[in-house]
Amino acid sequence: MSLKSYVTPSFLIERNKDRCIKCKVCVQQCANEVHRYDEEDDEIISEEHQCVNCQRCVTMCPTGALTIRRNPNELRQNSNWTAEAVRAIYIQAETGGILLTGMGNDRPYPVYWDNILLNASQVTNPSIDPLREPMELKTHLGRKPDSLSIKEGKLQKKLPPQLELELPIMFSAMSFGSISLNAIKSLAEAAKQEGTYFNTGEGGLHRDLYQYGKNAIVQVASGRFGVHADYLQAGAAIEIKIGQGAKPGIGGHLPGEKVEREVSETRMIPEGTDAISPAPHHDIYSIEDLRQLIYSLKEATNYEKPVSVKIAAVHNVAAIASGIARAGADIIAIDGYRGGTGAAPLRIRDNVGIPIEFALAAVDTRLRQEAIRNQVSLVVGGSIRNSADIVKAIALGADAVYIASSALLALGCHMCQKCYTGKCNWGIATQDPHLAKRLNPELGAQRARNLLRAWKHEIQEMLGGMGINAIESLRGNRLMLRGIGLTEKELQILGIKNAGE
Amino acid sequence: MLREGQIRIPSGCAISGIMNKKGRVFGGGDIINSIAVMHDRSNGLGGGFAAYGIYPEFKEEYAFHFFFDHTAIKNEIEALLKKNFIIASGEAIPVRKSNSIKDAPLIWRYFVRPKHRVLVKQEVDEEEFVVRFVMRVNSEIDGAYIFSSGKNMGAFKGVGYPEDIGEFYRLEEYSGYIWTAHGRFPTNTPGWWGGAHPFTLLDCSVVHNGEISSYDANRRQLEMYGYKCVLQTDTEVVAYIFDYLMRKQGLPLDVIVKAMASPFWHEIDRMNKKEKEILRAIRVVYGGFLVNGPFSILIGTNQGMIALNDRIKLRPSIAATKGDYLYVASEEAAIRQVCSKPEHMWMPRGGEPVIGLLETSQPTCVPVRTEQEKIAINS
Repeated sequence: MSLKSYVTPSFLIERNKDRCIKCKVCVQQCANEVHRYDEEDDEIISEEHQCVNCQRCVTMCPTGALTIRRNPNELRQNSNWTAEAVRAIYIQAETGGILLTGMGNDRPYPVYWDNILLNASQVTNPSIDPLREPMELKTHLGRKPDSLSIKEGKLQKKLPPQLELELPIMFSAMSFGSISLNAIKSLAEAAKQEGTYFNTGEGGLHRDLYQYGKNAIVQVASGRFGVHADYLQAGAAIEIKIGQGAKPGIGGHLPGEKVEREVSETRMIPEGTDAISPAPHHDIYSIEDLRQLIYSLKEATNYEKPVSVKIAAVHNVAAIASGIARAGADIIAIDGYRGGTGAAPLRIRDNVGIPIEFALAAVDTRLRQEAIRNQVSLVVGGSIRNSADIVKAIALGADAVYIASSALLALGCHMCQKCYTGKCNWGIATQDPHLAKRLNPELGAQRARNLLRAWKHEIQEMLGGMGINAIESLRGNRLMLRGIGLTEKELQILGIKNAGE
Repeated sequence: MLREGQIRIPSGCAISGIMNKKGRVFGGGDIINSIAVMHDRSNGLGGGFAAYGIYPEFKEEYAFHFFFDHTAIKNEIEALLKKNFIIASGEAIPVRKSNSIKDAPLIWRYFVRPKHRVLVKQEVDEEEFVVRFVMRVNSEIDGAYIFSSGKNMGAFKGVGYPEDIGEFYRLEEYSGYIWTAHGRFPTNTPGWWGGAHPFTLLDCSVVHNGEISSYDANRRQLEMYGYKCVLQTDTEVVAYIFDYLMRKQGLPLDVIVKAMASPFWHEIDRMNKKEKEILRAIRVVYGGFLVNGPFSILIGTNQGMIALNDRIKLRPSIAATKGDYLYVASEEAAIRQVCSKPEHMWMPRGGEPVIGLLETSQPTCVPVRTEQEKIAINS
């Protein structure tokens, strides 16, 4: 006997009958099959239980007839047992499963970026106008030697390999499988046009993407999907993924339904099988094991590519980062607890890890105390929402940032958090060819590019305002930051002064 | 109110420098006259000078100039000096009482050499030992401050207009081959003698006009290498960058100035392959030492004088030569005041250094690449 669901719809769909022309666009657009046309009654009926509020039908409706709002129906008020808490129990009582979700932590934790203010020049120090003066954002990621030896006008020893970015923003790891090929093509093309990098995630590099190899960071994760010699050679850098901000400490699971032919070929696994990434790398149980993998990858690529190690921001992140630097990584990527995901257990996403702001400040401070900050570049992600977040991150000590959620929003994502269902109506987090087709990679690239360019201009304006004309002079320049509404302890960890000080 | 060192105080300024490239010494009168012309660029809250070649009789000793808040601390310091150094001489620096200079601390100088056994024990060379000693005194000992620590050179500074400070220290009685001067316009009233320019470390002195927007990026980079930025002034940071790149890294001067005021990437892109590789490496490796924001600095060493502007010239500086003399100042008037008919006068572009080295210089840690660069003035 099947259980009756006690879960009521989260959203209400309001259809303005005066506006609706019954064109059935909403019916065709919704992969969740919310809208249905009843021929007999000549009526469109909406089944709200399925609605995820992805706004696809609303956006596409030619007459603006649809509105989706939160279901106003309320349980009896209870500050402890909120509607959400109750609803989660109903779902688990019905399914007996782990609660799944997509995208980043949406809980009302403090967003520390919003408690940090930037400086600007007045009188004693002129601001610089980026429309009239050069304003340099070029960034190099990779190990920097302690010193240079220059004799008779010649560099005695070549620099270790560096990634050169025209702006300190890269697209973070998203695998083919978790997102569509069109979505990856959009980001790859935008990265190429704007002089930066995209990251394959652990989905391998689809054959169509080898042309973007110079702008690709190829990931090696615990499942080792799609990893082979040509793959390593194709990328500009290699990233070992240890963890991810949305789900620190656990692996990944791409359900077999999403493993269609292209995904199976790229990941080098049989079609239709689940792609399960173990929680740890089974050849990395310690820092010395990590060192071995770092150097194996360097050996395999002739020491020509920087190797990055990506970790989730967890409590002891500063000491871990120090170990990673000493293990030979050229770049450390740190992903904060608000970082996005294609699929994660809800409780883990919402409760594990620490804010990227603290993790970054702690790691930068620690590496400087140990005088090894120049040995690695720091890249941070885990909810970079706008250009101001980037400026603050760099002033706290980052070399560059990773963006993923912002990049997907640029492609049309509406944050419905249902990426794990594979029914993304925006053609992003899906392998359904009918849905994926909705994202035109040329237009997607244009949107992603526009976002990068817009943020670049904004960063330049903010830099100029501070009287700085090169991004390296902002890096770790914490005097450019002031805290507002923070405790002494928070200020101390961030290493910044309070506004007015 | 917090004094300098406890809080960061931006300031505007005037600077001037004169050197004789043959190493012939001349009196301090000219530099006082030169800086005095720019009276309005300072506000009476700081002035100072650096002079090279003034202590020929003690040229092998480090000349420590001290500010003491009171006699007790002086006695304490003297005991500390005796433990670590052989003191060749020690005396109060002669000053001339005047109405315009008030609240002077006790000002003393000692000519010292580190004791051999102390060096052996600490396993460091002489210079490193002196640097650490200076850092220790300035950051850890309250009421004592070493404001000059080089050989055969000295800094003289205090709270007041520079011309009054010059008169106070009786600088016309000294003879040197390089003189630099500074008049300060702090945007706050620290009233602390240690906060005035020049800032020195060993024989490297810096006078500086400007406010460095990259201050904290530079400071944090330096602190990684053991420097303690106790004063929180831009000038201190510039002096340490110079010390680090020149003394510790042994970089050529042209590389140092390229690190501190790098060419733009679009300029580097237009260079030939070899230059491009070097410049890229300098920017990539020494990015934390790029000095950003408006500045015009004059760096003095026993080997010569270097002037440098920020990359987009947000502070004035002008240079001139006549015979064996090189002049650099914030304003043309300051040069013409002491050199009526300069042979060449030019406005160095942003990021373009003026490097004046002594003809006799035998740089130990400044590998100079070409003869041309050695004698002259890179225009």
